[in-house]
Amino acid sequence: MTILMIAEHDNKSLKEITLNAITAATQIGGDIDVLVVGENCGSAAEAAATISGIRRVRVADHACYNGQLAENVAALIQTLAGDYSHIMAPTTTSGKNILPRLAAALDTSYFSDIISVESADTFKRTIYAGNAIETVQTADSIKVMTVRGTAFELAAQDGNAPVEVVSEVTDLGLSSFVSEDLAVSERPELTSASIVISGGRGMQNGENFSILEKVADKLGAAVGASRAAVDAGFVPNDMQVGQTGKIVAPDLYIAVGISGAIQHLAGMKDSKVIVAINKDPDAPIFQVADYGLVADLFDAVPELEQAL
Amino acid sequence: MKILVMVKRVSDPNVMIRVSADNSSVDLNNVKMAINPFCEIAVEEAVRLKEAGIATEVVALSIGGTQSQEQIRTALAMGADRGILIESEGPLESLTVAKLTQKIIEEEQPGLVILGKQSTDTDNSQTGQMLASLMGWAQGTFASKLEISGEKINLTREVDSGLQTLSLSMPAVVTCDLRLNEPRFASLPNIMKAKRKPLDVKAAGDLGVDLTPRIKTLMVETPNERQGGTVLGSVAELVEKLKTEKGVI
Ligand SMILES: Cc1cc2nc3c(=O)[nH]c(=O)nc-3n(C[C@H](O)[C@H](O)[C@H](O)COP(=O)(O)OP(=O)(O)OC[C@H]3O[C@@H](n4cnc5c(N)ncnc54)[C@H](O)[C@@H]3O)c2cc1C
Ligand SMILES: Cc1cc2nc3c(=O)[nH]c(=O)nc-3n(C[C@H](O)[C@H](O)[C@H](O)COP(=O)(O)OP(=O)(O)OC[C@H]3O[C@@H](n4cnc5c(N)ncnc54)[C@H](O)[C@@H]3O)c2cc1C
Repeated sequence: MTILMIAEHDNKSLKEITLNAITAATQIGGDIDVLVVGENCGSAAEAAATISGIRRVRVADHACYNGQLAENVAALIQTLAGDYSHIMAPTTTSGKNILPRLAAALDTSYFSDIISVESADTFKRTIYAGNAIETVQTADSIKVMTVRGTAFELAAQDGNAPVEVVSEVTDLGLSSFVSEDLAVSERPELTSASIVISGGRGMQNGENFSILEKVADKLGAAVGASRAAVDAGFVPNDMQVGQTGKIVAPDLYIAVGISGAIQHLAGMKDSKVIVAINKDPDAPIFQVADYGLVADLFDAVPELEQAL
Repeated sequence: MKILVMVKRVSDPNVMIRVSADNSSVDLNNVKMAINPFCEIAVEEAVRLKEAGIATEVVALSIGGTQSQEQIRTALAMGADRGILIESEGPLESLTVAKLTQKIIEEEQPGLVILGKQSTDTDNSQTGQMLASLMGWAQGTFASKLEISGEKINLTREVDSGLQTLSLSMPAVVTCDLRLNEPRFASLPNIMKAKRKPLDVKAAGDLGVDLTPRIKTLMVETPNERQGGTVLGSVAELVEKLKTEKGVI
């Protein structure tokens, strides 16, 4: 078996979720190459070279990969695909954008967001907002899949793999990068934070999220939100936790003013400890919470901050 | 320009489903079915483009059992002009769905195909990307804003780190995220009118696509249920428990 892992990165640094996905690749077994595609992505490639247990890093650095356009990146991977039995990426908006496109080009099956490796051709994934888990298998010769970060431990970073340049340039000219509006935050990333505090519609507006931020700063936590809070414009889309947002599984998840709809639970119910703060004692969130406080959040949250 | 919009029949996203007793599948007997919420957003966007004079016709396509006609009718009631059902009794894999759709595109020659970003049943999020690949077209996934000017689409996408804006050449495939629009409710007169709009049914087996499944589902199981815990009396008690009992802060 030979595996190609598509690295998640922002050109400057490697995203931690790549290390989770590497652990899944290690469980499949065989040689692992890591592909870094981007523009001016040399430092991300250097960071990738430190991943333990990989054979080499392949780096494709060109202006046509700015914004990691699915058309160009999938076409590039297609030129390399013949060397591999498995092509994988972490489940991110980038992995989900590129790999299904690649799978169709290779006329092969694609598994979205696997949560366990049963064998080299058999995997588990969740369906119906996490209410069922399917075990799926394919005989296709190249297997393409994305990997849920929270389902696998981080791989170590004490390696020193060689970095090889991929000289192919696959510029299809179908799309081009215009601009991006990135969230800037000093706090840890939502999907890798060990503590997450999320606010829902009960927060009433965006300004009130500052009371959550104060708690987050004391705990070193990331701040998340329900879809209702994002739809209402309180906070940006990158904070949405849930079936159709980000999946998180921190050691501690604190849900504040969130009712606990199944779509929200799908994104956080694998957290180790769940705390719910809600004024409605019948809110479904209490059915999954280890600890609940039936309280007005505008009293309880500042009090929590004081107590920390 | 013609727009093809894809609508999928799924179990109502607010209904808790159950795994079948033999662990072979999900038990959908007597479960309320609905149009995939992301497909509703897709239909809304297509209809708005027609209302804005950018699109000339909106065609709604579904692939599935006879009953998927209900979801096509929903799209027609929202403002789509006509429907196509590719009928297949057995479940089809996404790649097969994309290949069948490719056949319809070759016939209909739309300038834009709009899909949902994911189905709330399989949670795959792949059909649009596969279709764009088969067609060799540009793709704009997880769209939260779409503007067409001339032969280009300016498309804003919801990505993990925020928002990304791309320029896509047409024809293109777009998949919708939650914030693209708020779908309308079909009015009763429009629901009545939709019953008379044309709906063409084709058999999946007649389109020259190999329907053989390539993925085997070995088992479907219920995840470990989380047990509800205790409701505490005070913030102080909570902090104490988190520190000593769980050691997480
Ligand atoms: C296709 C689809 C996809 C979806 N994807 C997602 C997703 O990814 N993530 C997601 O979160 N949702 C998702 N949803 C939406 C989901 O169904 C719920 O609508 C949403 O999670 C509700 O958000 P909420 O709990 O913040 O709001 P509500 O359900 O309105 O709950 C607000 C809660 O705050 C409490 N509250 C109000 N004021 C106070 C106060 N002062 N003090 C304490 N408590 C207070 C209330 O008691 C209530 O329980 C999706 C829905 C669909 C159909
Ligand atoms: C009981 C049952 C079991 C199934 N088991 C499997 C299985 O084991 N493996 C498997 O691969 N598939 C299975 N399917 C089929 C599966 O539900 C999908 O039809 C297929 O995989 C393609 O959709 P998706 O969920 O991947 O779409 P996604 O990529 O998640 O959906 C994105 C968008 O694509 C469009 N779309 C997708 N499918 C259709 C469609 N049929 N008609 C119109 N638009 C569509 C919609 O706009 C949708 O919003 C099963 C279906 C049923 C009913």
